[in-house]
Amino acid sequence: MSAPSENMPMAVSAARAKPLLLRHLPYFIGAAVLVALAATIQFDGYILNILMEATTFAIAVFGLSVVLGLCGQINLAQAAFFGLGAYAVGIGTSDYHVSYWFCLVGGCIIALLAGALLGMSTLRLGGHYLAMVTISFQQIVTLVMINTIWLTHGPDGVSNIGRPALFQSAQSYLAFCVGMLALVGYVVWHLSDTRLGRAMRAVRDNELAAGVVGIDVFRTKVSAFALSAVLGGLAGGLFAGGFAYVSPDQFSFAESVVFLTMSLLGGVASPIGSAIGTGLLILIPEWLRFLKSVPGLYLAIYGLSVILIIRYMPDGIWGFFNLATGRWRAKAKLRGAGPALRLAPAAVAGDNVLEVKGLSKHFGGLKAVDEVDIAVRRGGVHALIGPNGSGKTTTLNVLSGLYKATAGKVVLDGTDVTEMPPHQRAAAGLGRTFQNIRLFRSMTALENVVIGAERPGNALVGHGEDALNERAMSALTFVGLGSRANELISSFSYGHQRLIEIARALAANPTLLLLDEPAAGLNSSEKLELHELLKRIAAQGLTILIIDHDMTLVSEAAQHITVLNFGRRIADGESMAVLRHPDVVSAYLGSD
Amino acid sequence: MDLALQLLFTGIGIGAVYALVALGFVLIFRATNVVNFAQGEFSMVAAYLMVVFAVDLGWPYWLSFLLALAGMALLGAIFNLGVYYPLRHRTFLPVIIATIGASILLANSVLAIYGPQPQVLEGWFETPGIQLGPVYLDSQYLLIIAVTIVLVIFNYWFFEHTMLGKKLQATSQDKEMASLLGISVSTMIMITFIYSAVLGGLAGILVAPVLFVSIQMGSTIALKAFAATIIGGFGDVAGAIIGGLALGIIETFGAAYISVPYKDGFAFLVLVLFLVFRPQGIFGERVAEKA
Repeated sequence: MSAPSENMPMAVSAARAKPLLLRHLPYFIGAAVLVALAATIQFDGYILNILMEATTFAIAVFGLSVVLGLCGQINLAQAAFFGLGAYAVGIGTSDYHVSYWFCLVGGCIIALLAGALLGMSTLRLGGHYLAMVTISFQQIVTLVMINTIWLTHGPDGVSNIGRPALFQSAQSYLAFCVGMLALVGYVVWHLSDTRLGRAMRAVRDNELAAGVVGIDVFRTKVSAFALSAVLGGLAGGLFAGGFAYVSPDQFSFAESVVFLTMSLLGGVASPIGSAIGTGLLILIPEWLRFLKSVPGLYLAIYGLSVILIIRYMPDGIWGFFNLATGRWRAKAKLRGAGPALRLAPAAVAGDNVLEVKGLSKHFGGLKAVDEVDIAVRRGGVHALIGPNGSGKTTTLNVLSGLYKATAGKVVLDGTDVTEMPPHQRAAAGLGRTFQNIRLFRSMTALENVVIGAERPGNALVGHGEDALNERAMSALTFVGLGSRANELISSFSYGHQRLIEIARALAANPTLLLLDEPAAGLNSSEKLELHELLKRIAAQGLTILIIDHDMTLVSEAAQHITVLNFGRRIADGESMAVLRHPDVVSAYLGSD
Repeated sequence: MDLALQLLFTGIGIGAVYALVALGFVLIFRATNVVNFAQGEFSMVAAYLMVVFAVDLGWPYWLSFLLALAGMALLGAIFNLGVYYPLRHRTFLPVIIATIGASILLANSVLAIYGPQPQVLEGWFETPGIQLGPVYLDSQYLLIIAVTIVLVIFNYWFFEHTMLGKKLQATSQDKEMASLLGISVSTMIMITFIYSAVLGGLAGILVAPVLFVSIQMGSTIALKAFAATIIGGFGDVAGAIIGGLALGIIETFGAAYISVPYKDGFAFLVLVLFLVFRPQGIFGERVAEKA
């Protein structure tokens, strides 16, 4: 926490970034060269097949890097989605003589629908469910491929699969696939810096916090899962055209495992890792062909590799390489500090920004919160205090939508938010921090705050990445950490992590800020700085509802105090009067 | 009607196997908060151990049985040390991926050793079964049901009335508090893995004469058992048993009246229906993460 002297804008480095496509030009030039090479070099049939396999598999593995790497959700049915795309192109072009392009798109749509349905039925639940459901789905798809003989030709498979007229020769088709690979690779690589990609990473890092900053967690997960399924379907369609023959055993659970191993080996978080993993796991078995003569042996080795990679190299080869070379790579350029942070809390309703009436939360027979009324006046600091176990944090969790209220009503600035999930409350103007800090730990401080600034309904941030970054820099500078914006969360002290969490909430320009024990774990000088910070926030007219045990902080900062004990409100009013209230004194100190 | 009774008997028999494996799932889940995706492979490995001892080596059935269970106890311990224990402080995703890796390793190692041909294991009894009115009671199914009943009772007695059982329960409810009370949490988790491996192995040995002994039996049984735990309510012991029985019955009737090739698909259908309409299962309660 340093003095606000670094609020001085650094005008030079704030120069506008070059247009995105221009900055990424080297990538496209490289991709064009690869396509040209694939189209012109004469390969023999064996090499051509390996390249075709590697190219199409890599696209399917890119799908895993989205769902598993970016979003942290497991998909053990990638081979099934791959198979859906492959069979769509296979059956469509061979049996029904439909245009290749139509079949390719159709296969992607089928995979998309299957993925979306599967995701929607499962993703509200924990990850174990998803793992088992995807395995089950994989088995079902295999069963259907083998048993619906009238459609799929059963175990015989589909042959004579067509290619588009434009790419009839194997060589030109390979060039087309390499082009698709480059395109998909670009999308996946770029995805992580888009709003959706950031949302996925936030969900992976901390689901609860993601919801509270305004991300629709369920929709984000379903999008990731569906996108992964589409990439599987696309890859399968390309694969079918490349090999002209498909059969059920190519899309079995074993193949899903191969995809998973490729993804983990290379590094699940990045498309470069996916490409490395895919390349290695296609080449290595070719070199070690003798392994394939014993059925099961190479898959057993894959299984063992999965265990070893997870234990010793959780970020894969690419992650390991990145870590090793990290100190030589240039640090991302620090952005300008941005203008001084402006807060303009919405003011729609009357004097009270938050009205809570008869709020109850029961866990079975336990009445954690019991018919509590709170009215928070606009502007200033309102404190919610009470001894341990009095229901303060439960109240905050009900207010922010993490728990569903058993009874009662919560009105935020004129909007009834009682039935809303957390991300909609964030959109309605609620910001909060957590007692046990919940930041997105794999990201930089700046990225954390950018996600805050992206709150739906934030009127203070303009369009585009630059506006978001500027807003986030302003917020970080406001809490005194602007100069360390590009550092990872893990390199900050506990106290600074609290400040980043506050900055994340401020960047969203909330109508009401809920602070859950912000002083817990801070030393005395940090507490003083926190107090100063609260004053500067309140000075801009943002209302704060704070829970804390530090009576000095509460009595100095808050104008109004509500006291809970055993889930019930025992006192409420102007702070000095409340702190002298006999019930409050006896709740804290005991009575005779 | 006669057919229905016959199917009901078969369904309960096969459901009892799912229930035993599901019980293993639930015990490990309660102790470690992680689903062990290799639970089904425990059944498969045990069935193959029986084939090695009783068929290939020709040792007496009871001796092979005991040796196979001892082998499963050893496998459970190795599994804990090699797969779960090193990852115990990581989030659930790496752990389940590791157990999936272990499942692939186990299934394909057996495939590499034994080849893809299914093996045949004789039942425990010489008598194939008895006719009771309209229903033919297969002796192996009777054995499965009897063993399951005994195990459920044993399980109840063990967890509710022995010190070790209570320590295991304490560990599954609150590891930190348990360790403060002097319970060795890592020992308790080790015992849980061994016990679950033995349970899974027992299920595999019992069901082997009914099905063929094959590489796929592990993953098939595991899927059914997992579906059973969801139907019953995740993490609930009674739920796992009832869910297993229900699934066995549904599947047997589905195969008889609807479609044989899609027999294994019914579990998935029931699973998805429960996930959509009643994800907490028959007995379970939804639990929210603490903020």
